[in-house]
Amino acid sequence: MSIHDLNPTEKKDTRSGFGDALYELGKEDDRVVGLCADLTGSLKMNAFADAFPDRFFQTGVAEANMIGMAAGLTIGGKIPFTGTFANFSTGRVYDQIRQSIAYSEKNVKICASHAGLTLGEDGATHQILEDIGLMRMLPNMTVINPCDYNQTFAATKAIKDWDGPVYLRFGRPSWPIFASKDSFEIGKAWKINDGSDVTIVATGHMVWYAVLAAKELEKEGIKVDLLNIHTIKPIHDAAILASVKKTGCLVTAEEHNRFGGLGEAVAQVTTTAFPVPQEFVAVDDKFGESGKPTDLLKKYGLDVSDIIAAAKRAIARK
Amino acid sequence: MVHSCSSGHPGGSLGCADFFTALYGGIMRYDSSNFNMDGKGEDLFFLSNGHISPVWYSTLARSGYFPISELSTFRAIDTRLQGHPTTAEHLPGIRMASGSLGQGLSVAIGAALAKKLNGDDRLVFSLHGDGELQEGQIWEAAIAAPHHKVDNLIATVDFNNRQIDGDVTDVMSLGNLKAKWEAFGWTTLEMDGNDMGDVVATLEKAKGMTGQGKPIVIIMRTEMGQGVDFMMGTHNWHGVAPNDEQLAQALQQLEETEGDY
Repeated sequence: MSIHDLNPTEKKDTRSGFGDALYELGKEDDRVVGLCADLTGSLKMNAFADAFPDRFFQTGVAEANMIGMAAGLTIGGKIPFTGTFANFSTGRVYDQIRQSIAYSEKNVKICASHAGLTLGEDGATHQILEDIGLMRMLPNMTVINPCDYNQTFAATKAIKDWDGPVYLRFGRPSWPIFASKDSFEIGKAWKINDGSDVTIVATGHMVWYAVLAAKELEKEGIKVDLLNIHTIKPIHDAAILASVKKTGCLVTAEEHNRFGGLGEAVAQVTTTAFPVPQEFVAVDDKFGESGKPTDLLKKYGLDVSDIIAAAKRAIARK
Repeated sequence: MVHSCSSGHPGGSLGCADFFTALYGGIMRYDSSNFNMDGKGEDLFFLSNGHISPVWYSTLARSGYFPISELSTFRAIDTRLQGHPTTAEHLPGIRMASGSLGQGLSVAIGAALAKKLNGDDRLVFSLHGDGELQEGQIWEAAIAAPHHKVDNLIATVDFNNRQIDGDVTDVMSLGNLKAKWEAFGWTTLEMDGNDMGDVVATLEKAKGMTGQGKPIVIIMRTEMGQGVDFMMGTHNWHGVAPNDEQLAQALQQLEETEGDY
């Protein structure tokens, strides 16, 4: 596997990976139940809702109650998947998740679409850039941010059999499909490319941009060790450490505030075991705004060119 | 319990003692010798106003869930009897953490729906404080339960009209509570929570009204601090522990509680 093997021709939204997998899970396991707060179409939960009406609970625009109902449904052995936008899946219901799910160790899968800037035109009220941090801080919580349709599909299937609460973060835009459906494993990094000059660790939509950046850097003779960390908690320490021991410097890339997200999670691994210079490609402690997804990524410093520049800065600090 | 650790919530606990005694003393069917999280084939209870944990722990111990002697560990370090109920310590009888208010009704609805999906005809009971009804999530749940025809749920509101800052009527009046629940689509009953005969009769009546397409709520009038004269008629004993002298004075009035000490 190398970046040269990745030349995707097809695009799809990650939320469709969630919806398609949820429908399959519904067929495979009658313990799976779905809950949605008036965003069934946006979350692509229609197929599940139509096929399994007895196991789908519309909660209306009442996310706190949805979270509590999901927690209650686990008592009796159900595996609830809740669906709403990432903002309403986390910030709006933080205390409900904290007490009724995380502290109570309930087997709820919190599935969140429209995360980050790439939500686009709806603007900052809906573009949460703090959700990874919020969820990472909760004991017992697993946090997964897949990078494309295939990985979101695979992650959705995988979390059904993962014992305990999960936050699954995905998004709205149509995005290149380049990951494998078959090789996904919770907590295990995907090694996309071998290189010796700089480590790039990326998550979510930014993984594709990191692939493009690595291709450009290679043209300049810079060899990138590229890792996809989809599971931000528990994080794959060994994969990160093996990479930075080889390259001696690090770039993290995420569609999230620089505080609380992937970058800090990776830094915590390296600073305690093998400190290396690190550059953060992340939103610089700002709220977003309306606009086209790729225009927003560019404006907020999350473009391919930003990853390339960060890699060069990291290498210069070695 | 509250005295020995010098902290806790005696007022609401005393007011609900009759309710808990009735619930675990005959109303609910459960197997305390074989506690498991799913509780299939058993009636379930959720305490949404987790701060009255003393009366719940006391009832659970006397119902066979754990030794009565463990009550003396309440709120002490390494205890399974945390200040507010938790599943983290694996105390038998508890299926959900509570303490942050307003969450238990949603949980009870979810558990009741799971019972329906499982073809389990047992019931779900929950208890809520009146001050707790000021939380918005309660009313989200109040809308949802009739919509989803959760008719295997009996929620009870401890209406003692007291909360931390004063009388509920003064802090944030609940208005016509019966009319509110009825307007939301609940079968609404009322009872005197400090009259054991009325508590048992009303809970039995409520059980008889399940399975009719509507959730049931019981507005239970109680006196905070019931049975201890200096704790009654005030909100001051919501979250304050009695000192040695007050304890002796209270126990003289409530001889049956001496077993805790």
